[in-house]
Amino acid sequence: MTMPSDSSYLPRTMPPVRPDMADAEFWRHCNARRLCFQRCLACRRFTHPPSVTCPFCRSPEREWVEAPPSATLFSFTFIHYAAHDSVRASLPYNVAVVAFPECGNVRLVTNVIDAAPGDLTIGMTVFLAWECHAEGQLLPRFRLAPEAGVR
Amino acid sequence: MPRASEACIVGIGHTAFTRWGGIQNKSEFDLAFEAVLRAAADAGLDPAAIDGFTSFSEDATDPALLQVALAAPLLRFSSMVWGGRGGGTCGALAHAVAAVEGGYADHVVIVRSLCQGQTRRYGHYFDRRPHTNFVAPFGLFAPPQMMALLVQRYRYEHGLTERQMAAIALACRANAQDNPAAVMRGRPLTMEAYLASRMVAEPFRVPDCCLETDGACAILVTSWARARDLRQHPVRVLAAAQGSGPHWGSGPLGSHNMPLENYGGCNVEVVAEEVFGRAGLRPADISVAQIYDHFTGLVLLSLEGFGFCGRGEAGAFVEAGGIDWPDGRLPINTAGGSLSEAYVHGLNLLIEGVRQMRGQSTRQVKDAQTAFVCGGTGVAPGSAAILAA
Repeated sequence: MTMPSDSSYLPRTMPPVRPDMADAEFWRHCNARRLCFQRCLACRRFTHPPSVTCPFCRSPEREWVEAPPSATLFSFTFIHYAAHDSVRASLPYNVAVVAFPECGNVRLVTNVIDAAPGDLTIGMTVFLAWECHAEGQLLPRFRLAPEAGVR
Repeated sequence: MPRASEACIVGIGHTAFTRWGGIQNKSEFDLAFEAVLRAAADAGLDPAAIDGFTSFSEDATDPALLQVALAAPLLRFSSMVWGGRGGGTCGALAHAVAAVEGGYADHVVIVRSLCQGQTRRYGHYFDRRPHTNFVAPFGLFAPPQMMALLVQRYRYEHGLTERQMAAIALACRANAQDNPAAVMRGRPLTMEAYLASRMVAEPFRVPDCCLETDGACAILVTSWARARDLRQHPVRVLAAAQGSGPHWGSGPLGSHNMPLENYGGCNVEVVAEEVFGRAGLRPADISVAQIYDHFTGLVLLSLEGFGFCGRGEAGAFVEAGGIDWPDGRLPINTAGGSLSEAYVHGLNLLIEGVRQMRGQSTRQVKDAQTAFVCGGTGVAPGSAAILAA
């Protein structure tokens, strides 16, 4: 397993993750290189973003389940303007919504870090790749091909 | 003939509209006050008779200070649509109607003042969005990018061409050319210029995105009985409604976990059923529509979600001129809308709906009997209204 490289798809001067009571555990799992979603112990549904109670049945009994290291590209856009000063040198960059069919199709907003405009097609499989963000937080990003040495 | 207690719209007013940063010598509050005075003057009402205030999207205007400025002896009703930001346009109208018909106030003004040059540009990062940890670190900063993802998915599911999106931008820009208040008056848009314009967030180009502007709007609501003493022909509110489907609080402005089957939509189905049900009308009964146009692609999704077109059919409908004034089946945004008149969070669209019902639009739809207006879409809660002449 390789350590995340110093280079990152988007600069670490971007807004940092500020964990709150509902999502701190999600980010702790990320820092251990585990992408986990919540599953309700009562109704068995996967949900995201993290919440204290299940948004389908209100049960407070939740567990964290590790997602597979691949996902389906559900939607994406290439962004051509800097809505935050930090990304001015990164244009154009992509933002992707990926879905996890094995986890009830919960969706995650992320980036496909090796995709240039024209490389992305909705429905394609993309592969988990960790990157270091501000304050050492690892972010779940994705690649077109699996990283060597990763499952 | 409406019953005496029925609420109706009797006054409309707005300030000058400029591009963001264009108004520096007046505050957002000053502009709100000016818009309210204009609405009262339009109605022929003593501004001191205003005893109710409502707004949406956390408008910064303080109603008690507005009461002071108006030298109004009574404040009897004050409310703010809770959540939904620009989705609240017609929700504020619903509040005003409820206040008047419930007897909580006699003359309620809806006001929205928005100077992006004095506060913040809506096309840029804002740190107080829901679930911001799950969007901002990935560079998803602002609505043009967030809503682009919905339209990209819609394009994948139903097909959508750039010329179809352009048809909406061109229709709104053409309408603005006759509106003296429109920011984009004198700047017509051609298909060639649209296709050559800069990409913002695929599939949106610059002309697909609403303006960032400064200005304020106000709308005055009272009862049919009181309207008899006023200057304008009162406009009936056949229905005004708010609503959302499930899980849209985790929708496009948050983590994109609204229901999978609704992803390529814009969360208007609940509002559609409520507003048409209350009015006892169908989409085919509408003469003219003012559809919230933060982004061209969302107008397409709205045309389908509210039932003006079948699923996947809006692109062909707009490309064939269906929304064009004067000959389309459903002319929309006849003053230019948020794309070409001004972005006052949709309250200018509601004003234009009133003008159409009075016969006072600069692009009047002949014999228009009913006007449909909606607030911002893709958010929760959204809202819509149906007006009648």
